[in-house]
Amino acid sequence: MAVRFLIPGPLRPFSGGVSSVALTASPATVGDALAALRALHPGLTERVLTEMGDVRPHVNLFVAETNIRDASGLATRVPDGAEIAILPAVSGG
Amino acid sequence: MPAKKLKTPVSSGLSVRDGDALLLVGTMKGLFLFASRPGRRRWSMAGPFFPGSSVYGAAFDARAGRKRIWAAPSSMHWGAELAWTDDFGRTWERPEVPLVRFPESSGAALKNIWQIAPGRASEPDTLCCGVEPAALFESRDAGRTWQLNAGLWGHPHREKWQPGGGGLALHTILVDPADQGRITIAISTGGVYRTDDGGRTWAARNRGVRAEYFPDPNPEFGQCVHKVVQHRAKPGRLFLQNHWGLYRSDDGGDTWTDIANGVPSDFGFCMGIHPQDPDTAYIVPLHSDMFRCTPDGKLRVYRTRDAGKTWQPLTRGLPQKNALETVIRDAMAVDSLDPAGIYFGTRSGKLYGSRDEGRSWTLLQEGLPPIVCVKAAVVANSRAKKRAGNVRGRARGTAPRRVRRKRAA
Repeated sequence: MAVRFLIPGPLRPFSGGVSSVALTASPATVGDALAALRALHPGLTERVLTEMGDVRPHVNLFVAETNIRDASGLATRVPDGAEIAILPAVSGG
Repeated sequence: MPAKKLKTPVSSGLSVRDGDALLLVGTMKGLFLFASRPGRRRWSMAGPFFPGSSVYGAAFDARAGRKRIWAAPSSMHWGAELAWTDDFGRTWERPEVPLVRFPESSGAALKNIWQIAPGRASEPDTLCCGVEPAALFESRDAGRTWQLNAGLWGHPHREKWQPGGGGLALHTILVDPADQGRITIAISTGGVYRTDDGGRTWAARNRGVRAEYFPDPNPEFGQCVHKVVQHRAKPGRLFLQNHWGLYRSDDGGDTWTDIANGVPSDFGFCMGIHPQDPDTAYIVPLHSDMFRCTPDGKLRVYRTRDAGKTWQPLTRGLPQKNALETVIRDAMAVDSLDPAGIYFGTRSGKLYGSRDEGRSWTLLQEGLPPIVCVKAAVVANSRAKKRAGNVRGRARGTAPRRVRRKRAA
């Protein structure tokens, strides 16, 4: 089954308005999945990662229920058919 | 039952005619646009644009027949970017891949865009922007592509620059209108730097500007310069508001003279210079760097008309009690009309304006998010000057009415 990104509302202008994006590739890691996402919707990946390739500090990525910060970061494994949720952190002001 | 989610506020654009005065007001929660006929009696407002994002940088580019507003929304979550509108906010262009990006070799990531500066009128496709971490980006194709200025990025002083309270930012860009090779920039904290060769090399220009937070208060660089303004017709004339210290230069920044004569405090952030008179400048003194509010609870703009020999408080229309306000470095602007309009915004979300060069002030709008930048422009300047001249007599000493809100968010 395809790996699928769940897109939060503020980023949907960069996903063509859709709330999820399925990858045709089978990425091994979250980093690989983001690279595949960049090929489809570069605006999404640009707003999730900095120019240095780091996840922006106030963005969380979950593979199923696991925040990748609590796992192996961008090297976190992505099971076949997994959903990767892009979620803004609760930070603000 | 979960609460119903509210829709993000959406605003249509502003109706603007040739000759109108235009204000770009960046806040911590988005950009607002204000427009008025040249008499500046009534203002219409539109916004917020980019709700939820801070907007520290904005600019109006009227060169080559454009009517383009640039904005630099910065989302805490999704990063900073440049966007523009050619129809006063009805539609905005937001490139999928942000225009301003540090190259991978730099080892840096963009945190914020603090300043957008159109280049010389003779070079209508050039623009600069100043960013955090402190760096200068340049475009030579009207903003389609941007390059990091390697000369400044590679400067040996850079690794010793320190972030101030707002971060390590290049916040001021003065493109010399006469000298094709000269650009002056300011960094908090790094000080003033100037290039005379079009950006290839940069030299510190802080002689006479003190840095009270160092053992040596007169270092070559490291000053926390809050704002520098330059006179368009006399570009050697600069005024500088420092983190403690008020200065003037008559030689393009080679040397600085202390001009804190009669101000309640020489601490402050913002600064404006009169569009016609190079001896006239405006500041809002703040109590101290430990307090950063207007002294004695009085909101006073101070004006010099003699290049800093003396300063006079301007208070008519401004609250003189219980007004502990803060006006930060980019939250003051001066338009190019005659008489000149002066504008400033406070951290408490109040926008004030004067259409008589500071003699009287009006609260144009309150209830905005904290204001971090104010930019003034005139659409189709030549017609505007003529019309402003026509209203000069009745405008003098008459406070403009408050803002008529065009469309609620």
